[in-house]
Amino acid sequence: MRVRFWGTRGSIPVALTSADMRDRLAQALLQASGRSFANYEEAYAFAASELDFSLTHTFGGHTPCVEIEAPGNEYYVCDMGSGARPFGAHVLAKQARRPATVNIFQSHVHWDHIMGFPFFGPAYVPGTKIRIHGVHDVLEQAYRLQQSPPCFPVPFDQLGASIEFVKLEVDKPYRVNDITVTPHLQLHGGDSYGFRFERDGKSVVYSTDSEHKLEDRHEAEAFAGFFRNADVVIFDAMYALAEAISVKADWGHSSNIVGVELCQMAHAKHLVLFHHEPANNDATLEGLLKEARRFEELTRGDVPLKVSAAYDGLEIDL
Amino acid sequence: MNFSARRYANAVVLRVEGRLDQDTCDAFRNDLLGHVEESAHGGGAIVLDLSGLEYVSSAGLRCFMLASRQAKTQKGRIFVAALQPMVAEIFEISHFNLVFQVFGSVKEALAAVSADAVAAFQKG
Repeated sequence: MRVRFWGTRGSIPVALTSADMRDRLAQALLQASGRSFANYEEAYAFAASELDFSLTHTFGGHTPCVEIEAPGNEYYVCDMGSGARPFGAHVLAKQARRPATVNIFQSHVHWDHIMGFPFFGPAYVPGTKIRIHGVHDVLEQAYRLQQSPPCFPVPFDQLGASIEFVKLEVDKPYRVNDITVTPHLQLHGGDSYGFRFERDGKSVVYSTDSEHKLEDRHEAEAFAGFFRNADVVIFDAMYALAEAISVKADWGHSSNIVGVELCQMAHAKHLVLFHHEPANNDATLEGLLKEARRFEELTRGDVPLKVSAAYDGLEIDL
Repeated sequence: MNFSARRYANAVVLRVEGRLDQDTCDAFRNDLLGHVEESAHGGGAIVLDLSGLEYVSSAGLRCFMLASRQAKTQKGRIFVAALQPMVAEIFEISHFNLVFQVFGSVKEALAAVSADAVAAFQKG
């Protein structure tokens, strides 16, 4: 399996500004002072290997949309945030006019998690099959609502694809082709659900929009069970811990530190910080990543936990 | 973990020893909030002497946060002092150093509370 991140930001999409771009260019030129490049390839190699991460990348970007790529002809994707637009372009290019079959797994229906669907190209292609899986009773209602007048010019019923809503039950494993998918209830306004994907001995957990009450041992153990031995855990790390349990307590999100603790309890292999706070710039997000890595070092047991921060375009092979 | 309290004028120093994590935080939270209710009001202060604290998890940090919140509602104050290097780093990593006033020693923290408190501490 391969995990491909199309949207990693929480709440609302963000973009680098012109001022951000100029600042990066100026800093890159400073770092390249005295160097000369014979061609684009040499300059690209320099940028890729020698410049700071915060100059050559941005954490993005789009709101949540994460593809789980698996062998076979179908697509698997968690949430339809604004990252669904580039994901849709990818599907259309890959299909080369052949209709696609896309399996969507919906954590919940807050707007940042569905806002990309009206811009998801394959939804307009006749012959395309889209199955939207989720636990919420209001799943179909939410998808239809955002495409109802006066919010959007194309009503849901006019989409060319055949669209089916598949109701899942919590903690019940489902087979979708050769992937086993299990939804798990999470603490969030209106409820959210994490999904554990298992195939061929490998596992990925998508757990976003999930607050953890630290004093509740039963809850922590339940999540450790859900994350148990996962190869990758994609985790809602919207805030620093102090923020998450003070001014932003009960906002339905978690922190980098709690992500490390739960993954350590679960003996998971790779924690990916996700659902970045839109007010945080790249330097702040890089700081939160460094702090999570240092906390992991300080509290490491027998086996190290790899810690990364998701960005739009990141791919992780299992 | 162990927990002991000693009063110096309008401040109470709470000495915390051992590991503060999910296994120990329930009992600690109840004791701590009891002391805060009793002492951190009307300008009174609690100084958490963390020189004996070996480790604190997110659950433990939440106890400190609850204590801070309660002290504020009572118009009291709460300070932390004498953190071991690992606990100091965890405070920074979790951004708790932005929430609490952190002092290098109990004496420095008591000096921030009142002249009477630090004088009482120096008398022993």
